Amino acid sequence: MVDSKQQWKAWVYLLPALILLAVFTVYPIINTVKISLLEGYQPLGAVGGEQYAIGFANFTKVIQYKDFLTCLKNTVLLCVLTVPLSCFLALIVAVCLNSIGRLGKLLQTIYFLPYVTNSIAIGMVFAMMFNIVGLTSVEVQGYTGTFEIYNIYVDSNGVERGYIAQSWGIVNNLIQAFGGDPINWINAFKNINQEGASTYVANITVMVIYIVWNALPFKILILLGGLQGVNKQYYEAAKIDGASRIRTFFRITVPLLSPMIAYVVITGFIGGFKEYSSIVGIFGEDMGPAGDGSLMTIVGYIYKQISSNSYGVASAASLILFGIILAVTLVNLYVSSKNTHY
Amino acid sequence: MRVKLENLTKIFPNKKDSGEVIAVNDFTFEIPDGKLIGLLGPSGCGKSTTLFMLSGLQKPSGGHIYFGDEDVTNLPPEKRGVGLVFQNYALYPHMTVKQNIMFPLQSQKMAKREMMDRVLEAAKLVQIDELLERKPSELSGGQQQRVAIARALVKSPNVLLLDEPLSNLDARLRLQTREEIRRIQRDTKVTTIFVTHDQEEAMSISDLIVVMKKGVVQQIDEPQKVYDEPVNLFVAKFLGTPPINVFVGKIENGSLYIGEECVSKFNAPDQEVYVAVRPEGFNVDPNGPFSATMKSVEVMGRDSSIVSTHPAAETPIIRSIIASDTNVVPDANGKVHFTLKPYKTFVFNKETEERVISKE
Repeated sequence: MVDSKQQWKAWVYLLPALILLAVFTVYPIINTVKISLLEGYQPLGAVGGEQYAIGFANFTKVIQYKDFLTCLKNTVLLCVLTVPLSCFLALIVAVCLNSIGRLGKLLQTIYFLPYVTNSIAIGMVFAMMFNIVGLTSVEVQGYTGTFEIYNIYVDSNGVERGYIAQSWGIVNNLIQAFGGDPINWINAFKNINQEGASTYVANITVMVIYIVWNALPFKILILLGGLQGVNKQYYEAAKIDGASRIRTFFRITVPLLSPMIAYVVITGFIGGFKEYSSIVGIFGEDMGPAGDGSLMTIVGYIYKQISSNSYGVASAASLILFGIILAVTLVNLYVSSKNTHY
Repeated sequence: MRVKLENLTKIFPNKKDSGEVIAVNDFTFEIPDGKLIGLLGPSGCGKSTTLFMLSGLQKPSGGHIYFGDEDVTNLPPEKRGVGLVFQNYALYPHMTVKQNIMFPLQSQKMAKREMMDRVLEAAKLVQIDELLERKPSELSGGQQQRVAIARALVKSPNVLLLDEPLSNLDARLRLQTREEIRRIQRDTKVTTIFVTHDQEEAMSISDLIVVMKKGVVQQIDEPQKVYDEPVNLFVAKFLGTPPINVFVGKIENGSLYIGEECVSKFNAPDQEVYVAVRPEGFNVDPNGPFSATMKSVEVMGRDSSIVSTHPAAETPIIRSIIASDTNVVPDANGKVHFTLKPYKTFVFNKETEERVISKE
């Protein structure tokens, strides 16, 4: 323990951080709670001295709003699909990396690169990879493809030509190379009459691939660190005991890594519920096509409310999100406390 | 099961200067069935490497290992039927004692009932059947050791290997556990090989001890024989507490000299030698031929230990153990005189450090 005479010194050292936390974290949290309880709150009005009734109208508004359920569905679906998948893949990659001798260090760096890259930039690269529909001119005579031909014209050589929609994304190119039809992955239109927006399934597939890929580096890093802390003698003992590789993995590696696995699962769920910028990176500010294909998430909903000046509703929504994350984390902790060996 | 090592060699590449380190050099030895063998040597002598090659965790660079008549040199550990107790036990920390002991059986596709029976049998053998539901972290060092032995024995191995089995235990537990290992080995009659750097440990429980130095086997014999008839200076120095006293001397005209003092007749060609005398090899005798400057007498109950110095000694002090009722009176020069017991006095050539025997 610090000597009580020395304690003021400790407080002085902590002061800068405490001030910043008070201004940018503690006060906003308190203010959020306050605003969420004020019905019909307007910042300009508040500055002007307007008084608002206190109540839960903002919360009922959020819950009754149809789009909020869509947001909740999208958020939960993305979490449930991506967290187990990314944790499992990260575990496999970490175990493989750990067993590679020579190139291990280099590969570790390569696997970690996505972590230090801006998520909006990566989102834009993914958008390029998955779609971009453009037009290509083809001869009408002898065209055997499945696309409709638009704007037919006769060129200077007297040949009848027209335009077809053509996907340039590398993913669609691959699909076409294997003889499949290109898929409209993201919200670009399939034909030049602006018909055929991407489906919900296509949208969410892109997002799952992107989120899993983006989440891997951090999880691999944590799990690899855990693996390197495991005493090699347990593996030697397991070898002597005649355990197969798969049995060793499930009976030795996974239980010994369980604290790290619990950590990446819990932080994965927390991150998943806050999913926003990656979707904006790929689908733009509208977060997917309007209507059924929309990938609007809870955080997206909060931002949308703020931009339409509904601060009370936005505050209520963020408190609801906080409650959801808290509940999910408690469930996670409960489950992991039963299965984790510390 | 009989275990045979044939020209067993292990060479490790040295990363720093791309040279090689020979950990075990041309080890040939046949271990009779059902015996307890101690591999003894200072750290880095290749004893653990030998053990790991027997277990299959390390591959020999040359030579062969036979279990019975079967050449197991290239068999993986799980096919050799060995039980290995690691130095720090390597108990799986997330499993209970029962699960730890059962783990090797579960790899063998055995009926649940039989597994349970064998776990209980192994646990009873090492007297931990009360602790089956505990986690390793809830056990004392000695109990963990027993669990590790039970885990190694439960699959009825051909050979039981123990790596420094007592090094992690405190002094009292060590005595108790080594008797325990002896008892378990007698009960199960499994051929057992253990590694230790503690000569007392090796002497007290082994049927045979193998003394190693820098990867080369020095002597293989029954413990008492190795103590009474060391083949070279290293073995003489390595065995015995307090350590053997070593003097520089010579053989000249059929007499053995320590420094300039002639201590006995010795029928061997003239040569420079080391003379090594066990602490219990001195008899106090006012007319004895060997004298040393007395420093102190330490009385330790049954025995006394005379601490003295001698100009020809290799060590700063020499220590002689005598019965405590002996009257020790130094002469006018502060010297105490001894005669040396011939069977406790060993002579080694100064160059080769090999034993020189007096011809009768």
